[in-house]
Amino acid sequence: MRRASLATLFFVILVAIWHFIVRAGIWSPVLLPSPQSVGEYLVGAVRDGTLLEATGVTVRRLLFGYLIGIAIGLPLGLFTSASKFAEDTIGVMALGLQTLPSVCWIPLALLWFGQTESAMLFVVIMGTVWSVVIATDTGVRNIPPIFARAARTMGSRGLHKWTKVILPASLPFLVSGMKQGWAFAWRSLMAAEIYVTILTGFGLGHLLHYGRELQAMDQVIGVMLVIITIGLLTDKILFSPIERFLHNRWGTGLR
Amino acid sequence: MSLREELQGLPPAKLAVEDVSKWFRTSRQTVHALDHISLDINEGEFVCLVGPSGCGKSTLLDIIAGLATPDEGRVMADNEPVLSPGRHRLVMFQEAALFPWLDVTGNVMFGLKLKPGLKNKERREVAKFFLHLVGLEKFAAAHVHELSGGMKQRVALARALAPNPRVLLMDEPFAALDALTREQLYSDIQRIWEKRRKTIVFVTHNVREAVCLADRVILFSRNPGRIREQFDIPLPRPRDINSIELAEYAGKITRALKGHSEEEPAEE
Repeated sequence: MRRASLATLFFVILVAIWHFIVRAGIWSPVLLPSPQSVGEYLVGAVRDGTLLEATGVTVRRLLFGYLIGIAIGLPLGLFTSASKFAEDTIGVMALGLQTLPSVCWIPLALLWFGQTESAMLFVVIMGTVWSVVIATDTGVRNIPPIFARAARTMGSRGLHKWTKVILPASLPFLVSGMKQGWAFAWRSLMAAEIYVTILTGFGLGHLLHYGRELQAMDQVIGVMLVIITIGLLTDKILFSPIERFLHNRWGTGLR
Repeated sequence: MSLREELQGLPPAKLAVEDVSKWFRTSRQTVHALDHISLDINEGEFVCLVGPSGCGKSTLLDIIAGLATPDEGRVMADNEPVLSPGRHRLVMFQEAALFPWLDVTGNVMFGLKLKPGLKNKERREVAKFFLHLVGLEKFAAAHVHELSGGMKQRVALARALAPNPRVLLMDEPFAALDALTREQLYSDIQRIWEKRRKTIVFVTHNVREAVCLADRVILFSRNPGRIREQFDIPLPRPRDINSIELAEYAGKITRALKGHSEEEPAEE
């Protein structure tokens, strides 16, 4: 309870500072809107449905692309960890592509797919896959060899070895890789939505983009807050329980 | 196989190491780890392999387990050549090597689940039986990191016993434990071995430990790894590691061990 109220206090103070800076009138309200006007925009956008719809569109694209990215990246990572040939080819390629900022995929995606959903999906997948490949590969390589030996003596081999020993043993690495993959997917999708105007769905990135076009700073900041909130919620809802399970079982992360 | 048969235990196996040699080649040097080792181990016998570090005793254990292959010679288990690891020869390592993603029961059931012909409920029963045998039934749902070093090795023992192997291979399983915990485990292992007769091959560099547990102590020398001498230990069981007779045997073997080390100067 004390922790929660201290944290709340922190954010209240943050908003208060914002409020007083606006009141001081140093910057024009066009550049720095007040917390009230951002709040009013958010309430209005929720009421007329634009915000919820945009959030829905964005989250759907993100989840879809992210899941496909994992479905491709995980087996590829297992493959690179198991075969020297794959390590020298796919592994090197993954390492190279992972360092490529995902915004760089957008021009290519636009030329290949045009202003379509496929272009969006492509960018998100490219943002996810490579970091998942590398995390999976690292995870498998960091399994203590004694686990593999113990499992072998008990007769675990083939598919059983992969699903019951190697995958669970590399879980701590896999989860941090998936978190990183999520962060990359999120970034690349926002970049894609800001640059690519398409008619099939109006996402949060588009709201941000049009906020800038219309010089509606309350909209820009409001949408940014929504994006931050989604990021936070994902972490708390999706990843925290898994990490808690891992810490619990592995006995790590104790304070 | 029914649950009852499962809990009764299978007859222990006979092992024969036939003229086994093994070399380890690295870019800088070649180590002759095992040199023409021949050794017969009877059904239900408790054999300790003792020697200085680097004498190849753990390598021999790996070969018996099927985790490593000999360059020459072969190992027979019940007149069948050992080509790969098998359910009838389970291994306990110096580290417990328990899987942190499973709880204690899950770990004990790992090998059991790979055994066909049992229902899951029966597997649970078997796991419970062996956890009871090692005195950890209260920790059935505990996480691995919550256990002490000695408890982890008990779980590892239960895990190795549960699939009902004929041979138990132990590679310095108590080396990392404190003296008190070790002494407790010596009496536990003797008690369990009385109840669940297995052929046990136990690697250690602790001579007293070997004398306390073994029917026969086999002394290795290194460079190359060879069997130097064998000692039968006819002391009655259960044995107390602090007893005077045991110390006399241990002294004799230690002197023999030192004698061999002086003959060939050690190079680590």
